[in-house]
Amino acid sequence: MKFTGTQSYVATDDLKIAVNAAVTLGRPLLIKGEPGTGKTILAEEVATALGRKLISWHVKSTTKAQQGLYEYDAVSRLRDSQLGDAKVQDIGNYIVKGKLWEAFEADVAPVLLIDEIDKADIEFPNDLLLEIDRMEFHVYETRQTIKAKHRPIIIITSNNEKELPDAFLRRCFFHYIRFPDRETMEAIVAVHYPGIKQALVREALSVFYDVRDVQGLKKKPSTSELLDWLKLLMAEDIAPEVLRDKDPTKLIPPLHGALLKNEQDVHLFERLAFLNRRQPR
Amino acid sequence: MFIDFFLRLRAAGVPVSLREFLTLQAAMQAGLAEYEIENFYYLARTALVKDERFLDRFDQVFGQCFKGLVPDGAGEDPAAPVDLPDEWLKKLAEKYLTEEEKTEIEALGGWDKLMETLRQRLEEQKGRHQGGSKWIGTAGTSPFGAYGYNPEGVRIGQHESRHRRAVKVWDKREFKNLAGDVELGTRNIKVALRRLRRFAREGAASELDMAGTIGATARNAGYLDLKMVPERHNAVKVLLCLDIGGSMDDHVRLCEELFSAVKSEFKHLEQVYFHNCPYDRMWRDASFRPAHAVPVMDLIHKYDPSWKLIFVGDASMSPYELKQPGGAISDWNQESGEVWLKRLTDAYPKAVWLNPVPEPYWRSTMSIGLIEQAMEGRMFPLTLDGLDRAMQRLMR
Repeated sequence: MKFTGTQSYVATDDLKIAVNAAVTLGRPLLIKGEPGTGKTILAEEVATALGRKLISWHVKSTTKAQQGLYEYDAVSRLRDSQLGDAKVQDIGNYIVKGKLWEAFEADVAPVLLIDEIDKADIEFPNDLLLEIDRMEFHVYETRQTIKAKHRPIIIITSNNEKELPDAFLRRCFFHYIRFPDRETMEAIVAVHYPGIKQALVREALSVFYDVRDVQGLKKKPSTSELLDWLKLLMAEDIAPEVLRDKDPTKLIPPLHGALLKNEQDVHLFERLAFLNRRQPR
Repeated sequence: MFIDFFLRLRAAGVPVSLREFLTLQAAMQAGLAEYEIENFYYLARTALVKDERFLDRFDQVFGQCFKGLVPDGAGEDPAAPVDLPDEWLKKLAEKYLTEEEKTEIEALGGWDKLMETLRQRLEEQKGRHQGGSKWIGTAGTSPFGAYGYNPEGVRIGQHESRHRRAVKVWDKREFKNLAGDVELGTRNIKVALRRLRRFAREGAASELDMAGTIGATARNAGYLDLKMVPERHNAVKVLLCLDIGGSMDDHVRLCEELFSAVKSEFKHLEQVYFHNCPYDRMWRDASFRPAHAVPVMDLIHKYDPSWKLIFVGDASMSPYELKQPGGAISDWNQESGEVWLKRLTDAYPKAVWLNPVPEPYWRSTMSIGLIEQAMEGRMFPLTLDGLDRAMQRLMR
């Protein structure tokens, strides 16, 4: 069973190797890369391709590692005890399973996505070391040990806001999603919009890579922004000739709002357009 | 197998451990590389490299270790070449060469020779090339390049090899701009500065932990049990002294980036400006008007030693500006710059100097060495790696 990309996701060779290595050896795969290059989507696609269930754990700044294992709902137990509920005798009634527990329990190894691990506290990855290594943990309240029936396929994404501890990294495979080159990008567009006119794609990609090449942009547009922009271009039915138009007075691409997300960037573009107009060609 | 490769990676400063090496072995045993050198490259990369900063270094070591794909030996470290299984070589050859090409390959002295020459050419040649009979490019008669008609040619950049694999992937060094010792953008700087934040969370427990208190009270069968946690805000205080003007003009962009990153990262931040070397006065504003001047003694009295002092400057000046009273270029100074520098570093035990001049050039300017001495070695280059070291030093 090998991951070879799906109909809706173009995987490069190095990405396939990384995913297959992680699946075969049962180790987590850590994915980094520019925002919008399809890190989160990867987990969904791996799940679809291998026919597994996807369990997503979206990490926030307040997320604790313990929440992924289980939580002891002390408040409901307190309430139940005051109401005289018989349930209160068994502490197991107040143990709420977390995503990791859910993944360990599944009969067929699922794909577990730990999304944006860098958003959490700096100690978060350290708290998961043993769990991810041995794929088991101990429930203190009920004195039972939960062991994974099958090692789940764990995919972790990071936006590089915090460095991850070495001990954690050693247990993972690592892949950095490089920004796709033109050919890969064409393949990606073809997969998302099968009916699109080739001429439009060619012109749009030229404009897109030109925009990415502009020095000093605060946020370079990425794959997901290109796809949004193409959708808009198709919806507005803009002709490829409009994009090819190298008239310096129209340097700003049509519907630029999808590509440039920052007023300084738009402003920078306007300034460049102004300079271009003054230069006689 | 490949132990030498592993040792070389470590020597090059890629932080690989035995554990990762064993993981790679396990993956090889599971047949993931399929006896193809490219797959092996990807597999080794995903198993051994854990940070995109090291990808470039990894590519370089990989290129050296598997250079020419044969143990060449001459003039090299005898331990250097690594034996590769024959079938890998064969597969690699099949990928790039047609049957006729393979038979005619002898024309250039055999496969090894061809790859060796290709490497040399790649090193010599910069930029795109078309036509001609020597350089690598399109539509020429050189053995290297695309759409040409030299039968013993190696194809580069032609459609058939869609991934432009004729240049070996690792030799392209596509991750060069992610390496840690090159200059950086704001986002990278912020990541580096977070090192200062991490420790700022430590401190006395002074805030009521609501969830913890409720939990503990419930566990305590309803008796109130108060739990406290430390405050979460960043308590680090930074006094930033920026060198402006003159030779610093070359580094304006880098300093701007650092400054904007620092500004959003620290709540307690004060910045002052100086020119070349700190003397008795610094300025609140980069226009250096007398109205904005603040005596350094006032700064020292105002900000207690818990503040962290960060100088940013190229430290490039005439030695007199540092050593001699009255040596300053803009002002008359009663005491030498060195004295003031000493006063400041004494007042602030946690101090570093960030230098935008690349580290290899430090030796060629005398004043850089002098200031480094005055800072007791706490001078770091203004790169991601240097910033990281500086922040670690500040937290010690």
